[in-house]
Amino acid sequence: MQAQKPSRGKMKSYIEGYLFLLPWLCGFLLFTIWPIIQSFLLSFTSYDIFTPPKFIGLQNFVEMFTSDRIFKKALWVTLKYVLMSVPLKLCMALFIAMILSQKLRGIGIYRTIYYLPSILGASVAMSVTWKMVLGYDGFVNYFLGLFGLGPVNFLANPSLSLPTLAMISAWQFGSAMLIFLSGLKNVPQELYEAAEVDGARWWKRFIHITLPMLSPTILFNFIMNMIGSFQVFTEAFVMTRGGPVDSTYFYVLHLYRTAFENFRMGYASALAWLLTIIIVIVTAITFKISDHYVYYEN
Amino acid sequence: MQSMPNVSGQLAEARRKRKRKQDVKRGIRFALSHLLLIAGALLMIFPLLWLISSSFKLDNEIFSRDFSFIPRTFTFDNFRKGWNSNPQYSFFHFFCNTLCLVGGVAVGNIVSCSLTAFAISRLNFPGKKLVFSIIILTLMLPGQVTLIPKYLIFSNLGWLSTYLPFIVPAFMGTQAFFIYMMVQFMRGIPGELDESARIDGCSSFRIYASIILPLSKPSLCSVAIFSFIWTWNDFLSQLIYLSEVRTYTVSLILNSLVDATSKSSWGSLMALTLISILPCVLLYFLMQKYFVEGIATSGLKG
Repeated sequence: MQAQKPSRGKMKSYIEGYLFLLPWLCGFLLFTIWPIIQSFLLSFTSYDIFTPPKFIGLQNFVEMFTSDRIFKKALWVTLKYVLMSVPLKLCMALFIAMILSQKLRGIGIYRTIYYLPSILGASVAMSVTWKMVLGYDGFVNYFLGLFGLGPVNFLANPSLSLPTLAMISAWQFGSAMLIFLSGLKNVPQELYEAAEVDGARWWKRFIHITLPMLSPTILFNFIMNMIGSFQVFTEAFVMTRGGPVDSTYFYVLHLYRTAFENFRMGYASALAWLLTIIIVIVTAITFKISDHYVYYEN
Repeated sequence: MQSMPNVSGQLAEARRKRKRKQDVKRGIRFALSHLLLIAGALLMIFPLLWLISSSFKLDNEIFSRDFSFIPRTFTFDNFRKGWNSNPQYSFFHFFCNTLCLVGGVAVGNIVSCSLTAFAISRLNFPGKKLVFSIIILTLMLPGQVTLIPKYLIFSNLGWLSTYLPFIVPAFMGTQAFFIYMMVQFMRGIPGELDESARIDGCSSFRIYASIILPLSKPSLCSVAIFSFIWTWNDFLSQLIYLSEVRTYTVSLILNSLVDATSKSSWGSLMALTLISILPCVLLYFLMQKYFVEGIATSGLKG
């Protein structure tokens, strides 16, 4: 019986634990849980900040799928962007990580340079630079011109603007690359040696050793980058303003305009909730599919 | 008996030959790898090289047909013009604004995330597992879902156009990723240290402040650096919370210049862009080992 009841010392240490957690707990309740509840409630209202919110039931969600043409466009554009940018980024990251994982000289310098774009990330500064570099008379077109190609209107052509933005996002593959590098270090070298003795070619070794051993890392990178890609905003806001002809009108851009330019806070909350639900569903599907392919040692 | 050395000699010869062949093969592979890596590296940094060179060029040279990375006329004019491009405030003002904001957020993250991570990794209390799972879940939560209510809260508090909407949440450990990163690090510190300190009569806070924190310095540095860079590059929340030019950050002033810039002042826009990425680049080159450590130990988004 004595053991069931926490002793005085134990109680004291429990309280200490909660005291340490106190700042986080306040932040969690004030800036995560409370806003989530509030935006859930707001999503069933019509609210323009100046007059009190008015309950309108499911009308916001009905509007999305019926009269809001831009919503469908934005959702489709964002999905296409995710499907383009994430695989491209992960392939680049894995490719470079595999080259760097050989014991090459100067690997430190390469690692530094390849990670540099990820430091600058999707900042306004980098978006401005890309806009200039990719312009009609920008450097890339000058370079293509040397080979008698172009000029190409990367950002002003509706069928090229989205792939161009996906490419720019793939350019920031540094974090994924570093995670792959540390994953590759954990692949037991004996497996490769054994395969080599058996005469397996490099691509057989890649498919039968590297990919399965790395699959948990691939899954992690995939999910993190996918969640990030759904939320793309800065590049489109600075470089294309959603255009041309809405070809880069991303979901979050639509959300931003709805909330902070048209002040339709209720509708924007509904948009935010739907985005969250979409991300949760896609993540769950990814986990479900990955059950068949991801190899866990333990 | 006589043929033995002969056979082994042949074997050795064959082995040498094979080894030489392998060496050549490996040499070719390494050369190819280096070639590929150098080409890739150029592809990675050409926008930056272009940015640097354009900052020192005359406006009419930046987009001219005969391009050269080395400016034909070297000029510092762009920096001088860009520095004062806003009629009210110099660029220095916006630069300092951003430093204040970023510094506040970094300090907040260090304090709150280390406290939380200490509780999770070194103390025992009911519900600890639940708290950690919640933190992992919030890591994956898209920020948009809390964006609008948070805007309303800060607007009601009168905090818009101040840095409080960034700094106060940072002091409350809202950036779950950093908590996760520190928990991973603190779990690696041997438990005997706290036990012996406890036997000597140290309180939990003493253990936190004088044992665990000093030992977690690499992890604290990673948190500081990553919150610096992410806040520096952040745009959406600054766009929403800061509407007065007086409180603008570097990101916001650059964004406002993109539209306002006419063809005659590209140079000064490029110069300001260059200045605005310098802090992050410098930090990166000076603190490189913390980047690699921070990412490798925890797996990083971005």
